[in-house]
Amino acid sequence: MASDLFQNALIYLGTGIVCVPISKKLGIGSVLGYLIGGILVGPFVIGLIGTEGHDVMHTAEFGVVMMLFVIGLELNPAQFWKMRTKIVGLGGLQMLLTAILLFPILFFVFSFSFYASLALAFTLAMSSTAIVLQTLKEKGIDKTHAGQNSFSVLLFQDIAVIPLLALLPLLALNTSAAATAEHRLPEFLSFLEDYPSLMLLAAVVFIFFLSKYLLPVFLRIIAKVQMHELFTAAALFFVIGIAYLMEMAGISAALGAFMAGVLLANSEFRHELEADINPFKGLLLGVFFTAVGSTINFDIIALDPLRITSLVLTLMLVKWLVLFFIGKKFGLVSDQNLLFAFLLCQVGEFAFVLLTAIGGLGILPRESLDLLMGAVTISMMVSPLLLFLNEKLIAPRFGVKEEIAPGKFDTIDDHNKVILIGFGHFGSTIGRFLRANNTAATIIDNDSDRVNLLRKMGFKVFYGDGTRLELLESAGAKDARILISALDNPYLNMQLAELLPRHFPNLKLFVRAKNRNDAYELMDLGVENIHRESLIDSVYMGVDVLSELGLRKYTLYRKAQDFIKYDNEALAKLYRHRKTTGYIGRLREEIEIQESLLQEDKVFLEKTEDNAWDSSVLGT
Amino acid sequence: MNKILVLLFHPRLESSKVNKFFSENLSVRNDIYLRDMYELYPDFNIDIPLEQKNLLEADLVIMQHPFYWYSVPPLVKQWIDLVLQHGWAYGREGDKLKGKKILHLISSGGTFEAYNNTGRNKYTYRELLRPLELTYRLCLMKQLPPYIIPGSNKIDPEVLKNHWVNFEKALDWLKTSENKTETEPEISYLNDLI
Repeated sequence: MASDLFQNALIYLGTGIVCVPISKKLGIGSVLGYLIGGILVGPFVIGLIGTEGHDVMHTAEFGVVMMLFVIGLELNPAQFWKMRTKIVGLGGLQMLLTAILLFPILFFVFSFSFYASLALAFTLAMSSTAIVLQTLKEKGIDKTHAGQNSFSVLLFQDIAVIPLLALLPLLALNTSAAATAEHRLPEFLSFLEDYPSLMLLAAVVFIFFLSKYLLPVFLRIIAKVQMHELFTAAALFFVIGIAYLMEMAGISAALGAFMAGVLLANSEFRHELEADINPFKGLLLGVFFTAVGSTINFDIIALDPLRITSLVLTLMLVKWLVLFFIGKKFGLVSDQNLLFAFLLCQVGEFAFVLLTAIGGLGILPRESLDLLMGAVTISMMVSPLLLFLNEKLIAPRFGVKEEIAPGKFDTIDDHNKVILIGFGHFGSTIGRFLRANNTAATIIDNDSDRVNLLRKMGFKVFYGDGTRLELLESAGAKDARILISALDNPYLNMQLAELLPRHFPNLKLFVRAKNRNDAYELMDLGVENIHRESLIDSVYMGVDVLSELGLRKYTLYRKAQDFIKYDNEALAKLYRHRKTTGYIGRLREEIEIQESLLQEDKVFLEKTEDNAWDSSVLGT
Repeated sequence: MNKILVLLFHPRLESSKVNKFFSENLSVRNDIYLRDMYELYPDFNIDIPLEQKNLLEADLVIMQHPFYWYSVPPLVKQWIDLVLQHGWAYGREGDKLKGKKILHLISSGGTFEAYNNTGRNKYTYRELLRPLELTYRLCLMKQLPPYIIPGSNKIDPEVLKNHWVNFEKALDWLKTSENKTETEPEISYLNDLI
């Protein structure tokens, strides 16, 4: 069992790490890499994956659930509302027109039954959210008009899955088949199964209350424990939990996750959840694509190559034409419109979900189902290829490419020039001082109570672990000028000092060091702006003590400033010295530092005995 | 009764003889509010509203400081720059200091002979203090001649004591002069009043 798991993990992960770099190098995108990899290891080529590919695909579909959860997180209700005309207009038109055109073709040309054609027309109008969003992100075109419009269409489709699933039973030829659909609601709720719409409503209301009121409270409790892995576990628990509940209710898990995401988009945990789910999402999507590739049944293609080829071609052509038409209607310029049409013309993973439901309801016989599954898979497979061709051969002939730049300006506006990590005793003083001087900093902190408070006070705050790159990126590390690392844990500050120059070379680093040793290690990492928290305050405490003993304040201030300057110089000097003597045990080293420091002090004291304004030394 | 505000500016009072002696004696008098400016503002970050309030409450302001490089210590200039604000001390509506009396009590390493058109320093104290004269004129203040304590580096304690007695007499004369009808004598230095 365990060895099976390891073996599968090895095959899928290995396929990814071999095929994706190659496909990226060839410029055809990671999705196609995974798909081709899947075909290669699948039963028809190497045969590392047998028929269990279907099961894996089913499991890995969970990547899509997670993706929708993350999409939801990135889209708070207000934004969602702002996009409503586009989502409903573009998305609605796309579905409706595609279905209207596909229905007669399916009914007359491919001679499916009336109800099946009707169900399939809508099912096949779905595009692949997974492929399109992955491609958009990879090519960095998610901010272009084509990208934004694609997103709207996909959103509509993702939402449309709910009513479609709810309406499908109405098309079922015999209602008994509908009842056999795998609903596993508890006994006392089983009456809901007779009223799909009511169940849908109940599910939506449940998710609403769960995400809006229960989850934030629970996450706050989890966050207080201050253990990162626990939060990750909680995040996974909720996504899987919601998916499971939705499946149980016979509703799309992806949709449940999407709704939960949207409702959580305004909570302070948004970025932490996103960062926690993202790696799993990426991994699972990769496995999903690979599994899709491995399940392409070449037997079916070989059985009736003409039928499946013509089916794929018709489907994609109809979809492409509809997209091109509405794109034009919505004012997309030529190359953007082409991109839009090519992006969305495949049939997507939601079709699998709907097809399974259609099969379960007995609307379509088993053989046709296999054929259609094959057609969907092939269209997903062809889609990245078409995009590649569009990019290299077709689009260059049409108009000017739209600049991505205007979109980017918006994101710069959103971000502050300074990012402050850690708003504890040290960081909060910096943050307050910056704010007092009209310099807003984006704050990252992992104390949820503090984040709540700061939000209320109007700070821009991200909740989460500031040493995580995804979080830094969402906080705007790419556009910021300065990053202040004010974490209490010196190890984390060092981790940042090591990570950041590699990933954000333009970011200037200001790092808090607890003491001299921290400073040395930060200097080893090449950090220039190191601030020892132990220096300035201790010196000025000395000033106050000496003042209490009767020494003059102004003289003490000058001495203090001299001393701080000297101490920083001594730091650099002893650092160079330390480098040459090499590393001795930490404790011993500290004592050595103290010793050489005290030696240095003597020299300093000898040469800084100044006699400014001292009339007693004048000769006259 | 006149209220007297003494602003003492000495960057190194601990090594001073004249200014320490004078400030100690001045602070004993209960009609005098003495502020040790370098002790109060070691960071040069002067509390402007507070300083202005003190000025408003005073009738006579005494600026006490040593004479460095033919001029005032830097905190005096900082005080002038920050406290004598436009619209408050000068400018179209700046008349808050109008009619207030001001004088400088200065310790100098040199002598009246040196600070003379025929002497080593070429100019008199009064001539070198012209920028201050113009400053207070712009603030519509009533300027009194400065009191100079010359040869302060190696001053004889007896001479210093005499200076204090002399200065205190001048101070008392100033306090009562308000009620007198006699005009102030034409003198260049307050030293010559008595």
